[in-house]
Amino acid sequence: MARGPFVSHYALVGAVALVVVLLPLALPDNFYLRVAALVYINAIAVIGLNLLMGYAGQVSLGHAGFFGIGAYAVALGPAALGLPVWLSLLAGAVLSGLLAFIVGRPILRLRGYYLAVATLGLGLLIWMFFNNQSELTGGPNGMQVPRLVLFGWRATGPATWYWISGATLVLGTWIALNLINSPTGRAFRAIHDSEIASRVLGIDIARYKSLVFVLSAVYAAIAGSYFSLFDGFVTADSSSFIRSIEFVVMAVLGGLGSILGSIVGAAFLVVLPQALTVFHEYEEIVLGLIMIVFMIFLPGGVVPSLLSLARWRTA
Amino acid sequence: MSEFLQFAFSGLTVGAIYALVALGFTLIYNTSKVINFAQGEFVMLSGMTTAFGVTAGILLPFAALLALIITVLFGILLYRLAIAPARGASPVTLIIITIGASIMMRGVAAVVFDKNYHSFRSPLGDTPIKVDGAAILPQSLLILAGAAIIVVALWLFLNRTLLGKSMLATAANPLAAGLVGINTSRMIGIAFALSAAIGAVGGILATPIALTNYSVGTFLALKGFVAAMLGGMGSPIGAVVGGLLLGLFEQFGAGYLSSQYKDAIAVIVLLLVLFTMPNGLFGKAGIERV
Repeated sequence: MARGPFVSHYALVGAVALVVVLLPLALPDNFYLRVAALVYINAIAVIGLNLLMGYAGQVSLGHAGFFGIGAYAVALGPAALGLPVWLSLLAGAVLSGLLAFIVGRPILRLRGYYLAVATLGLGLLIWMFFNNQSELTGGPNGMQVPRLVLFGWRATGPATWYWISGATLVLGTWIALNLINSPTGRAFRAIHDSEIASRVLGIDIARYKSLVFVLSAVYAAIAGSYFSLFDGFVTADSSSFIRSIEFVVMAVLGGLGSILGSIVGAAFLVVLPQALTVFHEYEEIVLGLIMIVFMIFLPGGVVPSLLSLARWRTA
Repeated sequence: MSEFLQFAFSGLTVGAIYALVALGFTLIYNTSKVINFAQGEFVMLSGMTTAFGVTAGILLPFAALLALIITVLFGILLYRLAIAPARGASPVTLIIITIGASIMMRGVAAVVFDKNYHSFRSPLGDTPIKVDGAAILPQSLLILAGAAIIVVALWLFLNRTLLGKSMLATAANPLAAGLVGINTSRMIGIAFALSAAIGAVGGILATPIALTNYSVGTFLALKGFVAAMLGGMGSPIGAVVGGLLLGLFEQFGAGYLSSQYKDAIAVIVLLLVLFTMPNGLFGKAGIERV
């Protein structure tokens, strides 16, 4: 990080783009493309969450709420308001950002456990809305999502969504890295290190916290829209508590404060259940165990730990 | 009037269970500054174990005892295997660990038992007692009495026994407690065991009227936490008052406003408390050092 942040920053965007372009050559069939697309979609949400948690140091246990808003926007926009799908996707992102903006100020004044539980509560309220308004959302039974149509071209199938989500991931990575290496990004890190010291330096803490919260909510909403468009179906599960936890685990497991870590974390948690389908019954036990074991032995996350190991070896 | 009385009774009954979960939170929080998100799983685990024990033909008192022992064992294991090795970790790390433990316990319950709802018959039968047009299940009285006994016993333990006083000392100042020869790590372990036991009693008392299932722990933990926050995090009296109040809010809200959004009431109370009075009703104001 210390030497040439800009070099490594463009190198990372390039590396992600290269993986997205080359990976399909190594994947034997559509099933794997589907899994890869799911990794990218989750990674988009996790990168947003990582900006909030890893760089600005604010916890959120309710990001599935924003993911759910995006997921339902592309279903409800066309069904209830007759909007085109692409416009619904944008509307979902705007709505999610707006909600984050409104609740951000009071919620982000809280710290530590209190912030965690307040965001958990916010996520639960959104989930309850989708789950209970069944005449609108289908509740636990879910509802159909129309196909995305752009200039007369219907986006459907794993291959199409692989490329759409892959391209968006590269774009999302690029935007996140740009932000981190800007004065705004430095303000985030200052807030992370010490809120009081940054206030003394003249950083408007409330404004920066609100900004990163809104940004992470928009990342989550876009990922949510992709998720339900890709599936063609959406249920209230898209905004469940357990999904919020999965996002947090992906971010922490990969490494907070590492954008590459977010992608690695998403890949790990998406691929693992696919690899363990035989143990489907034990999925919750395995997830819980992973959370405990990683937090005890590798609280810094996989990617930062590997990087510091590599640095130690070469030193 | 009878409607009002009915809501009040059911509110107090549910509230007593929330109060027990909140007490568990408080005990662990005071000694270790950990918020244990797996607190609701203790209630679930003991309810499920008792229900399955009774179904398997074990007499209720023995099934309940078995459930208590198993739950306390889980509490001790949680501390020894997951919390103690991560001592000094950041709140985020500890949150993920206890949520991980909660998900794991859910998973274990789903595999060992099943994913259906279970219950067992109340030893007092299920003929409701009529009071002024309102019907009270005898089990409700048992729940209230059980909760009251636990509160008194806990108070006596903390204030009248050497072990309890050592625990209070650990809560007040771990370093000083260590200096006078108190094994603080052991005290935190005992707090986890005790907190699991209180949760277990809650599960045994509630299951005859509330049913149980492998997934009920998540919302119970949330509501116990809301109750503890409402009363003031760290205050045992606050936990009890907060639990009863939350139960009443919930039942009156469900009765007069919307039963569909019953669970939302707890979340709204939580957000209001956090925004307007983060120290709760009985909590001490915290001062932050730079």
